Amino acid sequence: MSDTRDLSHFVRHIEGGVARIDLAVEGMACAGCMSKIERGLSTLPSVTRARANLTNRRVAVEWNEGAIDPVRVVERLSELGFRAYPFDPGGAEAAEEQETNFLLRCLAVAAFATMNIMLLSVSVWSGNVSDITPEQRDFFHGLSALIALPAAAYAGQPFFRSAIRALMARSLNMDVPITLGVLLALGMSVLETLHHASQAYFDSAMMLLTFLLAGRALDQNMRRRTRAVAGNLAALKAETAIKLADNGDLREVPIASVQPGDIVLVRSGERIAVDGVVVEGTSEIDQSLVTGETMLATARKGTRVYAGTMNGSGTLHVRVEASAEATFLDDVTRLLEKAVEARSRYLRLADRAARLYAPLVHVTALSTLVGWLVVGATWHDATVTAIAVLIITCPCALGLAIPAVQIVASAELFRAGVLLNAGDAVERLADIDTVLFDKTGTLTLPESEVINAADVPGDVIDVAGRLALASSHPLAAAVARAANAQSPLAGAVEEPGQGVRGVNDGVEVILGRPSFCGAEREAEALAASDPEASAIAFVRGRERHIFAVRQRLRRDAVAVVNRSQKLGLAVEILSGDRVAAVEHVARTLNLKHWHAAMTPANKIAYIAELRAEGRNVLMVGDGLNDAPSLAAADASMSPVTAAHVTQTAADAVFLGDRLSPVTEAVAIARKAKRVMRENLCLAVVYNIIAVPIAILGLATPLIAAVAMSGSSILVTLNALRVKGGRSPVRWKS
Amino acid sequence: MEVLIYLVPMALGLGLLGLIGFLWSLKSGQYDDLDGAAWRAIMDDDVHETAEDGGR
Repeated sequence: MSDTRDLSHFVRHIEGGVARIDLAVEGMACAGCMSKIERGLSTLPSVTRARANLTNRRVAVEWNEGAIDPVRVVERLSELGFRAYPFDPGGAEAAEEQETNFLLRCLAVAAFATMNIMLLSVSVWSGNVSDITPEQRDFFHGLSALIALPAAAYAGQPFFRSAIRALMARSLNMDVPITLGVLLALGMSVLETLHHASQAYFDSAMMLLTFLLAGRALDQNMRRRTRAVAGNLAALKAETAIKLADNGDLREVPIASVQPGDIVLVRSGERIAVDGVVVEGTSEIDQSLVTGETMLATARKGTRVYAGTMNGSGTLHVRVEASAEATFLDDVTRLLEKAVEARSRYLRLADRAARLYAPLVHVTALSTLVGWLVVGATWHDATVTAIAVLIITCPCALGLAIPAVQIVASAELFRAGVLLNAGDAVERLADIDTVLFDKTGTLTLPESEVINAADVPGDVIDVAGRLALASSHPLAAAVARAANAQSPLAGAVEEPGQGVRGVNDGVEVILGRPSFCGAEREAEALAASDPEASAIAFVRGRERHIFAVRQRLRRDAVAVVNRSQKLGLAVEILSGDRVAAVEHVARTLNLKHWHAAMTPANKIAYIAELRAEGRNVLMVGDGLNDAPSLAAADASMSPVTAAHVTQTAADAVFLGDRLSPVTEAVAIARKAKRVMRENLCLAVVYNIIAVPIAILGLATPLIAAVAMSGSSILVTLNALRVKGGRSPVRWKS
Repeated sequence: MEVLIYLVPMALGLGLLGLIGFLWSLKSGQYDDLDGAAWRAIMDDDVHETAEDGGR
């Protein structure tokens, strides 16, 4: 069966008759690969530009419209030894990039203004204690105003917008006092300049903006990088379907271009990419990713199948239905919406601080004004002092206190193989006291393994493995992996749904269902000893062997459970699978609390019950059936192999075959939250020292500048302590 | 001290040039691939690789 790949969905047409495709490239890890790829692609005729990006692990290729098929580019890359996956840029990632560039431009403008104004300000400060003439001072102040006003108007936009949004929603965030402080400082400085005063606060206002923008730009950069990795992973999953055209042609197309009503071909051993109804063929389907159930289900004409399930031995033709019509997904979506609604909006530490802080600052400034008026100061002096209070309390350190920690923490999580989806996930992860694990695909690896390979003679497993390569059944694939087989047995024939047969050294060999091989008795013995395992039989002449295949626990599952308990976390299993299967895992992990055969609604109810007891729940799951419970929990994580909907619902996604990122994430989050609190305390201490000075009217611009930069640097340095000295954990990407 | 009248604006103008330079480099995508840029500087584009992975 031959088919063609259709990548036209991913090709962008840019002006001048040039087409462009972006590819995520697996295995591009060094500078050598970069030049190899660029040079290799340039040899293709009519490719005008090939540019590799080592940071994102992507390649952008441009060619003259219509000159070559984009498939040729992917093939060329695979000739060079790299697997490339087409990538749909745009949407969220493009917006993210725009935002990053905007913040960088603001930062550049603010930094330029700060440096130049500081140059003038230092001259004024030193001149004030020596021999500056009033004309020179006015000249310097005038120049400062000329720089500061347009610069602040441009660079302050992120804060102004956010403050206006908050005020429109009748709430206060950190940007409200920032905006007020900057505007008042600039306004007062202009007035003071016009009145030939000896001091102005242009430098304070610009310095404030620069520090805060630096924090935001770093934060944004980190988020963008995480998103790029997540985007690559999505592309690597290569969500494509084979579409059967009316004239019988087969075309491999991206999921996004499949329409309801299309007929899609699903070959044996492939993951079903769409929701729909089987119109032709029979097969067995592994639904573990969707329901958590490890038993195979039979699919025949009229059976409804779901995206994410694995096709077994037969080839199916599936008529695509809009996912909204699929009853199971419908249920999940409905539950998901409810769960998201029900989750009481978590109040972030920064917002809580802002809620306390903003009124306090404004009241202090106001009482300073009133106080000075009462003791008989002029309006002018009282106002200047009040504004100085606002400037000095402007939450420079407070504004950096939490973002700085978040940046270091998410970099640290990134190193541990954890990608954050939600900004406040770090804080929520830190509060966790109970971990609920899903079983299938979370505690266990998503792929099945032969568990009794050691009991079978080596030569038997070798032959069985080579025979297994001729079949695409998932159980056969497990045997092939166990044998590490490379070359299929010549002349092997597959009987769909039964097994494969072939000849090795003149002896007939058969691999397949126990009934197909006449090994029912051995299979029954296995079922009695290990009810969870599926049996696959192998016959060579008169020899009979049984391979027990089942999903194996992740290698470090026991260690992770122990470590969780050491962190003071209660661990439980919440699974949709059969009681026997879950009990076995719970016993292996030495867990007392486990729940089997849970429907998505059951899971949510159980989580709600725990939360009502005042426990903070972390849900770790991968199945489509877990998505609502992930959203219902206080915090949630899912492995990168999880269904798409599930990953979106999770706060964080972890990479690799190991489970340890889960406990690592909790440990890092706790450390981060502690440092966040410390930073808030530092900011408070700073204010306790600085505010009285300002209230007394002693805060000159020089003192404001020193206090602001000093506290910001202190807070940033403290944030760096979240970084552990551990050796980096490696994960597969 | 009249010298300040043109020296300070000149200093500012030079600073502005730097700012414009940064904005231009940002716009032309020079910060898109910081890891790759570090390596490109020392890459021998004109020397042909002999070994399969001679560039590593």
